[in-house]
Amino acid sequence: MSGTVRIGGGQGFYGDTPRSVQGLLDDGIDYLCLEALAELTLAILQKDRQKDETRGYTRDLPLYLGAALPAVAAGRTKVITNAGGINPTAAARAAVDTAKALGISGIRIATVLGDDLMPRLDDIAGTTSLVHLDTGAAFSEFPGAPLFAAAYLGARPIADALAQGADIVITGRVADAALFLAPLAHEHRWAWDDWDRLAAGTLVGHLLECSGQSAGGNLSRDWWTVPNPWDLPYPIAEVDTDGTAVITKPKGSGGRVSFDTVRHQLLYEVHDPAAYLSPDVTADFTSATFDDLGDDRVRVTGVRGLAATDTYKALLAHHAGWAGEARIAFSWPEADAKATATAAIFQKRVELAGLQVDEWCVELWGVDALGGPTVPPTDAEPPECVARVAWRCPDAQTAGLVAREMVPLTLSAPPAGFTGMGRGGGRPTELLGIWPTLVEKSLVDPHVSVAIEEV
Amino acid sequence: MTARIRLHEICGYRAGDKGDISNVALFAEDAAVYDVICAEVTADRVKAHFGSMVTGTVIRYEAANVLALNFVMDGALGGGGPRSLRADSLGKTLGGALVRMEIDVPDELSARRAPRPDVRWAEEILDGAE
Repeated sequence: MSGTVRIGGGQGFYGDTPRSVQGLLDDGIDYLCLEALAELTLAILQKDRQKDETRGYTRDLPLYLGAALPAVAAGRTKVITNAGGINPTAAARAAVDTAKALGISGIRIATVLGDDLMPRLDDIAGTTSLVHLDTGAAFSEFPGAPLFAAAYLGARPIADALAQGADIVITGRVADAALFLAPLAHEHRWAWDDWDRLAAGTLVGHLLECSGQSAGGNLSRDWWTVPNPWDLPYPIAEVDTDGTAVITKPKGSGGRVSFDTVRHQLLYEVHDPAAYLSPDVTADFTSATFDDLGDDRVRVTGVRGLAATDTYKALLAHHAGWAGEARIAFSWPEADAKATATAAIFQKRVELAGLQVDEWCVELWGVDALGGPTVPPTDAEPPECVARVAWRCPDAQTAGLVAREMVPLTLSAPPAGFTGMGRGGGRPTELLGIWPTLVEKSLVDPHVSVAIEEV
Repeated sequence: MTARIRLHEICGYRAGDKGDISNVALFAEDAAVYDVICAEVTADRVKAHFGSMVTGTVIRYEAANVLALNFVMDGALGGGGPRSLRADSLGKTLGGALVRMEIDVPDELSARRAPRPDVRWAEEILDGAE
């Protein structure tokens, strides 16, 4: 494709709204990229697949495809998504079914496989160290059995799928920005060692991967001035062959794209902005120049990059106990003192009941539940206060029994507290620990493949 | 001469999470403010500000192209999102917690104030729904 490629960021997580996708499609985009996987989404999907072998992908995929397929069938738009989760093959089957249900044919659906390390984990652990990336802990200290293990693949297999004529590309775990870099590299024929171009495409992907967050969502300071926030759009990037990009939004939508909204997203979930590590490039986000052109258009130029590392980031997860949570609310007078006393009485009752709790967390809502030590001390009494108490137990049954100890405190504790159970309707929830690590690309790449099915 | 004001008066913020690490970006209103926060808001001060909420190290990165500082705080999420017992297990509110910090600014910046929220449009919607 010569000239400008228009890409829309149509999803920021599993559970985002597909409604804003229509605005992107109506505005005209060459690619719709749907980012569905937060760090722990694979754990949720793994549980789904354990119950049903045909699951393991994000189940809102048919909703997104239902919106996008008419444009795909008309040849206007292609779709790229990591909605495949832990089971991209099943997601592709769901995509085929969705197309058939809509009476759509003549499209190619590609599946990218090879991110799932679970079937080969023993071999990999025998070859490389898998130390915890943040703590440096040895893999021999991994707690229990891994629930999933997946490498963050890069843009190349997606670009390969597009080169093979795919209209829809479904992946498992890939680096979020790679979903967006892939069509840019494919269309503009960027070489895989053209580091500045790859960095520019990665930065664009990073700006688009969290849907509304570039277009006025989660904006600090003058957030209330964002136009029509109930119609917050998803962002669009117009990207030229040299890597120059304009970040914008659909015409006539609410929201805002400005220097301020774009810089808010630039550093979101970033560590060293001068060395943003992706599978495809090491991007220097501090080298970019952002020009606010007005009319909800921000131009990005001058992005520099360096060679990618020879490793992929991978993520493993493990079981980490069971949690429960209860809340009890008090009004003035002495609301915070009553809440504190009740939390303590609760802990004592649990102890007397002989229930094992490995960790407690007590928060006083209305006082310092969110700010903790950053909240300055005050003599002023809060008008009301909620004690939220959470606990971790070795098993689900104990976590559930602990919750029951809160209920009688309505009658048997400081005056006039009322309880309401939170978190999963009072049912215990499973906690998960994550284990980020690095795996040599040479151990992963030979297993990466692209499958194409025509509907 | 200097005066003491809250970061909130002169900076924006956004927090993100990866595992048990929270990163909080601090956005200066303009270049003059950026120079001040570079001098005043050190990693050590941020570590002290968060106290027991952040158990690990704090590293500061600069992004002068967007007039921002980025604080990467290890051990900031009670063990990491899916493992944390905190209600705000992803640390979404830690940006607001950071801009509570007070710093010394030159007199010419001391009168700066954050814009005040005007949500009459929201009140009209809610009144209309009654």
